[in-house]
Amino acid sequence: MVGNRISSVMRRYLAVALSLAWMTDARAALGDWYFQPPATAIASRINDLHSLIFWICVVIFVGVFGTMFYSLYKHRKSVGHEAVPFHENTTVEIVWTVIPFLILLFMAYPATRTILAAHDTSSPDMTIKVTGYQWKWGYDYLQDGFGYYSSLTTPLAQIENREPKNEHYLLEVDNPLVVPVDAKVRLLVTANDVIHAWWVPAFGVKQDAIPGFVRDTWFRADRVGIYRGQCAELCGRAHAYMPVVVEVKSKEDYAKWVGEQKQKLNAAANDPNKVWDVAALVAHGEQVYNNNCAACHQANGGGNTALGAPALVGDKVVLGPKQHQIDVVLNGQTNGVVQTAPGGGKMPAWKQLPDVDIAAVISYTRNSWGNKASENVVQPTEVKAERK
Amino acid sequence: MSSVPHDLVAGGHPHGHDDHAHHPTGIMRWITTTNHKDIGTLYLWFSFTMFIVGGVMALTIRSELFQPGLQIVDPEFFNSMTTLHGLIMIFGALMPGAVGFANWLIPMQIGAPDMAFARMNNWSFWLLPPAAFMLVLSLFVPGGAASGGWTLYPPLTVQQGMGMDLTIFAIHIMGASSIMGSINIITTILNLRAPGMTLMKLPLFCWTWLITAYLLIAVMPVLAGAVTMLLTDRHFGTSFFNAAGGGDPVLFQHVFWFFGHPEVYIIILPAFGIISEIIPAFSRKPLFGYASMVYAVAAIAILSFLVWAHHMFTTGLPAASILFYMYATMLIAVPTGVKVFNWLATMWKGSISLEAPMLFALGFLFLFVVGGFTGLILAIQPIDIQFQDTYYVVAHFHYVMVAGTLFAFFGGIYYWLPKWAGRMYDEKLADWHFWLSFISFNVTFFPMHFLGLAGMPRRIPDYAQQFTDWNMVATVGAFGFGLSQLLFFYTVVKCIRSGEPAPARPWEGATTLEWTLPSPAPYHTFETPPVIK
Repeated sequence: MVGNRISSVMRRYLAVALSLAWMTDARAALGDWYFQPPATAIASRINDLHSLIFWICVVIFVGVFGTMFYSLYKHRKSVGHEAVPFHENTTVEIVWTVIPFLILLFMAYPATRTILAAHDTSSPDMTIKVTGYQWKWGYDYLQDGFGYYSSLTTPLAQIENREPKNEHYLLEVDNPLVVPVDAKVRLLVTANDVIHAWWVPAFGVKQDAIPGFVRDTWFRADRVGIYRGQCAELCGRAHAYMPVVVEVKSKEDYAKWVGEQKQKLNAAANDPNKVWDVAALVAHGEQVYNNNCAACHQANGGGNTALGAPALVGDKVVLGPKQHQIDVVLNGQTNGVVQTAPGGGKMPAWKQLPDVDIAAVISYTRNSWGNKASENVVQPTEVKAERK
Repeated sequence: MSSVPHDLVAGGHPHGHDDHAHHPTGIMRWITTTNHKDIGTLYLWFSFTMFIVGGVMALTIRSELFQPGLQIVDPEFFNSMTTLHGLIMIFGALMPGAVGFANWLIPMQIGAPDMAFARMNNWSFWLLPPAAFMLVLSLFVPGGAASGGWTLYPPLTVQQGMGMDLTIFAIHIMGASSIMGSINIITTILNLRAPGMTLMKLPLFCWTWLITAYLLIAVMPVLAGAVTMLLTDRHFGTSFFNAAGGGDPVLFQHVFWFFGHPEVYIIILPAFGIISEIIPAFSRKPLFGYASMVYAVAAIAILSFLVWAHHMFTTGLPAASILFYMYATMLIAVPTGVKVFNWLATMWKGSISLEAPMLFALGFLFLFVVGGFTGLILAIQPIDIQFQDTYYVVAHFHYVMVAGTLFAFFGGIYYWLPKWAGRMYDEKLADWHFWLSFISFNVTFFPMHFLGLAGMPRRIPDYAQQFTDWNMVATVGAFGFGLSQLLFFYTVVKCIRSGEPAPARPWEGATTLEWTLPSPAPYHTFETPPVIK
């Protein structure tokens, strides 16, 4: 598959590059100092291009500094070398202007071909909208009508060194992006708040997510597996904590997975008025809280005054009438908090979350960390009513 | 077309009567001074102070990154450290350092009595301490210092607190200082040259600064415009960078990098100038290809205006503009290569000795070329897709900024310190300073190439475990590099206080005009211009 995308000239370059690139062979053993193994044709081409140019640079470097060290060795005052005061030669100046230029042309050719190939987003098999949020990713399957958020699952205790770290510390999420193998997946990339960048090294894809604008990119994964990357544009305090995880499934598994997602969607849509019991709401609410609220209000509800996030333990909004809290969570709040804190110090609006999540997270805050609110349960229907 | 020295007829130097300068003493001497040498000294000490402040921030960053997990600082403070480290090193350490060299050397190298606008010179310098104070103060205001990276990309920086406003004002002030300094340098070089000092006889250091000064005047107002738009977006309801109001966040990046890329050359060109003085002096041979060196600097300066979007290769530019910026960026390798080849040809068949200035010049050459090659690799857009915003980029620009510019500054300081202080530095200590800096620099920054290849993003306080080993190595190296600079401080102070008295021309290969003056250079020099044939 790589082969039929690459011209014969490119293949000749590759042969040279690969024969030199012992690094490429050794990379399985040295995974932490070289590229991740590529999983798309574009990523392979990028690796080959890098090897080619790297080794050209090495050869020039050795030539230039070999000359310098020879001169340092032979033309030193301490070995009695007398200076020969020549200081001009037009021919040699022209030679060392033209030769580098030709080498650059040699490099530019394969680079140009790769750029043109990587920019061809036409005729995709499917399209997914990717949205960057502070600090998680949202994936919307535009043709199948469902979508979800993808947040870090590494527990805070590991980040704060209170527990040993997982194998995939900081590179694990609750809901990875799921795509079928060997299908051209087009991504429409945007952001909700600030600029993020969606990056999966094994795919050779890095695309800035720019609020208010949609950019597109694509990949075609050639192997089933799980691929991990990270946000690559500084996006605030939790920039290090919004990984990208992509699960590439076989075509059959993918179809099954899509079916399950649609079923879930229907189940939720069929019963908007379901009355939840407290324990189920609180359990779901804890998950919602840790994904969305804990970054500022802290996992223990202790708040963070530097960020303008009040403690929720004993907070009068949390313990007071539930209708007011629903309003604050849905629409945000600016009064009475520190405006100069990072993030503007304001409680952001969370109306993009589904009713169930909002009801659950409010119920969670009213029943946790010693909080015992008199109105301790909020049902999704009440949130729905408040949205109007 | 040969460099100055051979044509120089050192006129008599009637300095006797003005060695005792008429100026206030104590602190008022420094506050009111209009003397280019005093102001040069002020700039250099200011630069060193900021270098230490920015260095402490760098060590804070490296300490947090010693291991995965959060150990020492909060992520928001970490982001402030990376932001302020960048701003302070660029605007507080490297740029003022280069202006310090310019103040000391340009008048003495062209046979002028002082800078053209002596009072403005004073003002250019004294704007800097308040700006630096505001930057450091921003750490202590509610909401903390700016934490969006030195590149200040909105909308993130629109979200931030008053620390960001202090940063914007500091940038305005430093920009004004740079523009005034540049006007002064251009006017001095164009108007105050001694009779017979034609442009093509200018020492290369003056040439590089002349071109740098034009770059500064061209781009500092652009930066001022970018941060002013940021300020009005933050406080006055404009939407330059806000899509909801019809703006575009990427517009900021275009404007910023139209400043930012020439800025890179603003920082490196004076270093090229210093290296072009040191290598001939210690090879005891005139600079090879003087004219082509001048043309190469000019070519680099012109190309620097045409490559800015290579900093934005992942923003989703159309293929046609990616190709344009990639080709233009690759072209910069040509004049840069010409410079390196000319330096090598200068050394070839010379009579080379390896005192500290030459060691730093060779260290510069060796490591700057590494940074140049990684720059070429980064210019190839498909490869840049993998490297953009990773530690590979961090490694690349530290090879250019630290091993490039800073090493050139160290070399320049050891080279001219005998002229400035009238005393020789301790060669043994300076050699130690070089080797410790050279080794610890590479221990710090070389592994960052591996981190970038393996996929570690920059500007993160915490990382996945496969990045642990190289981060540990880099942190150890960083502390070594930081400590080596204490040795530099000691060596310089020891030289100023108790070095051996220096002759007028301590380097037998040094041939520019300043070496015709006694050491230390008298307070006023060249009140009657020398005649250059």
